[in-house]
Amino acid sequence: MSTGHEHGDDHAHDDHGHHHKETFVTKYIFSQDHKMISKQYLITGLIMGFIGIAMSLMFRMQLAWPGESFPIFETILGRWAPDGVMDADIYLSLVTIHGTIMVFFVLTAGLSGTFSNLLIPLQIGARDMASGFLNMISYWLFFLSSVIMVISLFVEAGPASAGWTVYPPLSALPMAQAGSGMGMTLWLVSMAIFIASSLLGSLNYIVTVLNLRTKGMSMTRLPLTIWAFFVTAVIGVISFPVLLSAALLLIMDRSFGTSFFLSDIFIQGEVLHYQGGSPVLYEHLFWFLGHPEVYIVLLPALGITSEVMSTNARKPIFGYRAMVASILAIAFLSTIVWGHHMFISGMNPFLGSVFTFTTLLIAIPSAVKAFNYITTLWKGNLQLNPGMLFSIGLVSTFITGGLTGIVLGDSTLDINVHDTYFVVAHFHLVMGISALYGLFAGVYHWFPKMFEGKMMNKNLGYVHFWITAVCAYGVFFPMHFVGMAGVPRRYYENTAFPLFDELTDVNVLITVFALIAGAAQLVFLYNFISSIFYGKKGAQNPWKSNTLEWTAPQEHIHGNWPGEIPHVHRWAYDYSKTYENGEYIIPGQDFVPQNVPLQENEEELQH
Amino acid sequence: MDSTVTTGTKAAVWGGGNKPLNASYGKLMMWFFLVSDALTFSGFIASYGFSRFKFIETWPIADEVFTHVPFFHGNYPMYYVAFMTFILIMSSVTMVLAVDAGHKMQKNKVIWYMFATIIGGAIFVGSQAWEWGTFIKGDHGAIETKGGRILQFVKADTGERASLRDFAKTIPSERANHESKNGIWFFSEGSLPSYTVNEVAEGFKANPNILIRTETITEEGEKTLLNREQSLAKLKDAKYVVEGANLIHNEYGSRLFADFFFFITGFHGFHVFSGVVINVIIFFNVILGTYERRGHYEMVEKVGLYWHFVDLVWVFVFTFFYLV
Repeated sequence: MSTGHEHGDDHAHDDHGHHHKETFVTKYIFSQDHKMISKQYLITGLIMGFIGIAMSLMFRMQLAWPGESFPIFETILGRWAPDGVMDADIYLSLVTIHGTIMVFFVLTAGLSGTFSNLLIPLQIGARDMASGFLNMISYWLFFLSSVIMVISLFVEAGPASAGWTVYPPLSALPMAQAGSGMGMTLWLVSMAIFIASSLLGSLNYIVTVLNLRTKGMSMTRLPLTIWAFFVTAVIGVISFPVLLSAALLLIMDRSFGTSFFLSDIFIQGEVLHYQGGSPVLYEHLFWFLGHPEVYIVLLPALGITSEVMSTNARKPIFGYRAMVASILAIAFLSTIVWGHHMFISGMNPFLGSVFTFTTLLIAIPSAVKAFNYITTLWKGNLQLNPGMLFSIGLVSTFITGGLTGIVLGDSTLDINVHDTYFVVAHFHLVMGISALYGLFAGVYHWFPKMFEGKMMNKNLGYVHFWITAVCAYGVFFPMHFVGMAGVPRRYYENTAFPLFDELTDVNVLITVFALIAGAAQLVFLYNFISSIFYGKKGAQNPWKSNTLEWTAPQEHIHGNWPGEIPHVHRWAYDYSKTYENGEYIIPGQDFVPQNVPLQENEEELQH
Repeated sequence: MDSTVTTGTKAAVWGGGNKPLNASYGKLMMWFFLVSDALTFSGFIASYGFSRFKFIETWPIADEVFTHVPFFHGNYPMYYVAFMTFILIMSSVTMVLAVDAGHKMQKNKVIWYMFATIIGGAIFVGSQAWEWGTFIKGDHGAIETKGGRILQFVKADTGERASLRDFAKTIPSERANHESKNGIWFFSEGSLPSYTVNEVAEGFKANPNILIRTETITEEGEKTLLNREQSLAKLKDAKYVVEGANLIHNEYGSRLFADFFFFITGFHGFHVFSGVVINVIIFFNVILGTYERRGHYEMVEKVGLYWHFVDLVWVFVFTFFYLV
């Protein structure tokens, strides 16, 4: 009782609100409840994802059928597609905004924001986040930055089009191209707000995990989801501020005439005054964020997979401590490998060899994770529901995409495939598709927790998974070959190069797969929305899972548990655990939730 | 509520149901925020180092840039910035005392120490503004060449710096005002320097006691002094007269020096300013007895953390900008 009390006291000052009647505004809009904020993040993220994916489909169509007229282009793009033929400027903008939205708005905020908010308090046994108020601010800053990013699509000269990395001088000089004007300014403003939102969110996640664990929930009993979210938040706190440095310096260069990133530039025969700066400096600052960002995107997905996979294999996760250690190792290594994005930027080749070394080191913890997933599946009693399928899909794409990473991480091999579709295929598989699979796995698995017990339709889930899985490989597998043939990324069309003519059919194939994959997401969308309203109510613990969130009642109440917070007596992975005589610990039940005390004669598993 | 915290073995400390680092969530958040902010500053300071090493042979010598003290004339390199730094560090000391008094629940002491901290911060921000003003206004004036290099002037007999006004000739000329036919009416005209390039060049030719020194640093760590012939040859490249420093021109040398000076001290100054504002808010809360009623002065402690951090950052900025 004493600890239950303590948590109550901890929040005595910020959650006495739940004695009052909640209004529509405090419940659905300016909510400070982590469960509602998590839903807000998810839905905002999904809307942004819809925009981002739609953009990719449009530029894929341009790549497959360059110069072809499509009425839909004219409808959506208006004057950017005269007579239905996509304009080159808007092509660049679509690529840029697709990258920005998918990386930051969907896979950073949409993934981390949703599941950290939902799961951290519920799985560690806390009434709410440490500061519900900052949590609310964090969401609304994210919302504001999303709105600004969307508004930037409608400015007269077009949205930012310097690529999602916005390298100067293209991004720094408003006269460099149409998208470097107002569109770029809005992009920078939106990202600055996004960074603030991410910082507030991360601070909350970190201190909540540190301070608000329930009694018995030691760090080594935390579910791997929580470890992943915790470490993700730490990397976010370390790397996003450096992006802020880069963005602020870029704003100074753009608007106030400083020369941090610019030197000796002529535009239309006129010499600009900038002198002494270096765009390579920007690349260093950007990729110091940019690389950890990959893991900010991926780690939560890996955490979700660990949890979903162990539950649905009805087996303890293999190598819990090794998993934790590799998360920490990946987090550490992620901050010392940024130079592998800059092998051909003019950076010192000696540095290139150092970065090659550190980059290849990442293969070790990544392989540990991949093998642990496979050994968790080994001889498991697999429950192949959609969440599980997406988790297995993640392991598959993580391995496929990771292997090409070894090629790209090598500074000499990288020269041949740098800035080709090989790179595009690599990072889409290893962080894009993998992280999306993690997101889907999480949504299918925790949908009942988010929407008060309602379940998503399983059959539509199968349709969604299989079409997506086949089409994702259909898109990105051939793309490796296109890349190895030398087709450069970000080009509006390749018709000017006869050597790429043979690859036109492959590009058509890729685009067709992409369109089908896009259509499959509509199945998910339908399933998601209809299940919110008409989903069948499932059991309180539908997946027979061990973690604490399933001990909370289905209806959302402020404070998560009526009465006392459950105490924890074991780790989260006591699946199919038996006594020596082969009997389950709890008769007739192949799982032992974390809040069940150790039974007599039961041996606590080494973890 | 601390009575329920179990202490003892290490496992129990991290075992859940307590605060393993013995700090409230608010204090931990402040710590992690400071980690984040420290990395933003690291980004700036690393960028500064990157750019400075690129121009290590021509970088301005700080001792020759920051030589002024308010109300005094003459050459006092670093005296004033040392004073500013001392004030800021002392304000950190008073902040420590305020936090300590808070722990002992001595309201009046907290008030006075907070007050001293605020005053220290205000003096620092004010000094910073003065420092900026002096830097913007400039000192002796210089010539910028077509290639963007800065040429400064030295008196041959004494070795002292020569100001433009010491030798430039005044040549009467007509100044064409901006006319509406040349552009849109609301374009304002840029301000002109006190002398034209021609006036400086003529004055230079007429005064054999003046030499030019370039940005290049010699092996002795001083700027290269040209002889009279070299100086006259060099002056042919003159393009602008530069007085003072801004984001585009800098009479002290590399413009990146000015860019980074304004940006980093500005960003730091913004932190100090917001620190002062936060301190004032907390100060009034202390006076109103908010924390007395709350039973603890943790808010004072939290803003104290921020204040020490701002102080620490200044130590780095001071080291890298002024000392080395």
